[in-house]
Amino acid sequence: MNKVNKDNFTQEKYKYGFVTEIESEKIPKGLNEDVIKLISKKKNEPEWMLEWRLSAFKRLENMSVPKWAKAEIDEIDFQDLYYYSSPKDFKEKPKSLDEVDPKLLETYEKLGIPLKEQKVLAGVAVDAVFDSVSVATTFKEKLNEIGVIFCPISEAIQKHPELVKKYIGSVIPVTDHFYATLNSAVFSDGSFVYIPKGVKCPMELSTYFRINASETGQFERTLIIADEGSYVSYLEGCTAPMRDENQLHAANVELVALDDAEIKYSTVQNWYPGDENGKGGIYNFVTKRGLCKGKNSKISWTQIETGSAITWKYPSCILRGDNSTGEFYSVAITNNYQQADTGTKMIHLGKNTKSRIISKGISAGKSSNTYRGLVSFHKKAKNAKNFTQCDSLLVGSECKANTIPLTENSSNSSSIEHEATTSKISDEQLFYCMQRGLDAEEAQSLIVNGFCKEVLQKLPMEFAVEAQKLVSISLEGSVG
Amino acid sequence: MLEIKNLNVTVEEKQILKNLNLNIGKGEVHAIMGPNGSGKSTIAHTLAGKPNYNVESGEVNLNGEDLLSKDPYERSLNGLFLAFQYPIELPGVTNASYLKQIVNAHRKSRKETPIDAGEFLKILKEKSKLLDIPMDMHSRFVNTGFSGGEKKKNEVLQMDLLDPSLIIMDETDSGLDVDALKTTADAINKLRNDERSFIIITHYLRLLEYIEPDYVHVFQNGSVIETGDKTLASRIDQEGYS
Repeated sequence: MNKVNKDNFTQEKYKYGFVTEIESEKIPKGLNEDVIKLISKKKNEPEWMLEWRLSAFKRLENMSVPKWAKAEIDEIDFQDLYYYSSPKDFKEKPKSLDEVDPKLLETYEKLGIPLKEQKVLAGVAVDAVFDSVSVATTFKEKLNEIGVIFCPISEAIQKHPELVKKYIGSVIPVTDHFYATLNSAVFSDGSFVYIPKGVKCPMELSTYFRINASETGQFERTLIIADEGSYVSYLEGCTAPMRDENQLHAANVELVALDDAEIKYSTVQNWYPGDENGKGGIYNFVTKRGLCKGKNSKISWTQIETGSAITWKYPSCILRGDNSTGEFYSVAITNNYQQADTGTKMIHLGKNTKSRIISKGISAGKSSNTYRGLVSFHKKAKNAKNFTQCDSLLVGSECKANTIPLTENSSNSSSIEHEATTSKISDEQLFYCMQRGLDAEEAQSLIVNGFCKEVLQKLPMEFAVEAQKLVSISLEGSVG
Repeated sequence: MLEIKNLNVTVEEKQILKNLNLNIGKGEVHAIMGPNGSGKSTIAHTLAGKPNYNVESGEVNLNGEDLLSKDPYERSLNGLFLAFQYPIELPGVTNASYLKQIVNAHRKSRKETPIDAGEFLKILKEKSKLLDIPMDMHSRFVNTGFSGGEKKKNEVLQMDLLDPSLIIMDETDSGLDVDALKTTADAINKLRNDERSFIIITHYLRLLEYIEPDYVHVFQNGSVIETGDKTLASRIDQEGYS
């Protein structure tokens, strides 16, 4: 009886923890040239792409795993992982949804992402990535009509090689750091977006990443290019089954905004966080970087980080174009034994560049939550401005919160404003809400949602409500 | 409807309430007066179930049910409302969404469906008008940066929205200027009926001139030393507690 209750409870806490019973096809475990060649072959890639992967792999041999994050990470045996897994008999991406395996459609339905177009959220186009392959992309034709390219990156490599060649690795160099280089060698799938000159993309574009297979790493690669005067809002979501093992998700996301273009990139990260004793969960080691290449361009990162055993990511902006703007809005929630080391880098290169950082860290249980940020003004960044606000909220007394904001200033006309607060949910606030009829969990969730409001309201409307619920669920069991 | 029998309460190991006995009938308004530190606010917090207010012995029944075994939110759902002396700020939580959420918590406990947004707005407008509360106050964060008067009015608004059967007001009159006191008292008087009981904790006569109590109790050292009708309040106002 006890066991049943406990399972139900866990189930409710992480409702995306199911496994889809679908036969998968994996290439042998291990990291070597043959594996990379096989991945490239599976993806039917042109020679230049394979060369690029192999050159990254060569670099990797002399690199080691970065160790500076404030997180305890069990050593990962990179030879003991599967680098590619796809549903069996998945030779070619289905041309239409009717050809997609019903089990896959059902999986996404269960995740709240219906792919059949008559059911989908109006105004949101979805690319669904299952382990190492994209299984469906909605609204593709409709977007095509206005010249917007939204497809899996594997397809873009074949159909739009000139764009991919020009921009891949242009923001995150192949040699950047171990995980970024690893991704460059073995990346499997992710989304490719190109918005042509002057086009305001009329719908939200979103990618939904699902890890299903066990002992498999997911190496997402996403590239978004906003040409002059264009606009796009993009959202990614992530979930994975509950397993006792730690699984690796090492993504590279590159954004390029040309003159007067704007990219709004939102993430709702809900990877399996591990159980209440810290067993299992995803290692989310992600490199996300945006280049404001053109003048007056703008890149805005919004992230809601609730999942993963370890989150290690710093979505950053390189503000090269004069008058360009970078923004980072983040809510990172850790509970139980979760560890998050997250923040941003704002690199000001151009004149009159502006950046704004709002980070809200919430720690509960025995978790550890660190904000790590760098604001850097280069010599030519005349009149550059930054505003940083880092707020931490502690729930209970066994968790940790750290704020590590770094600044480098070589420009004498720039300004940095920094504010930081650490607070606890007060017993007075809880009692007040409970006196009005809210139970302890409802009261806590109300207060926490208030704390994150500034960030939550940056999310696209369609996802804001979902995110609020997620914030509450992530903290379940931490009251008292 | 409320029976307090031989109640002993300690806070941080200090005994505050001593063998307190008090009976409040349906529809009655009881005022509690007394000098600072006499235990007036302690009775309010104990009835509402505030943590760290330890009941050492005694019994409290509300509408025939044992009150002390219930969680604070259950007491609220069972009809007990405490208007705070110092209402708490909830940064980032807009007043309108907070009010709607507490209304829905009460509806849920009565097995009713959540209130429709349009209907809620209508009710909110109506009740805010009674208290002279401008609607734009509801798009601000709960009590955050509110003036003393706004906070107190917001408490009275909540008591109106939640339809409680027992209202405890902990120095609701403090921080109100004469006009606000009158508006607030008028709104409270509209809430008086045969079913609803009040405990009004106050230092001053002026609130009791607007809201006439049926009984006045004088507190000293954690228990009631004298009970009378509203004339007792006037006497205390003139002569003091000694």
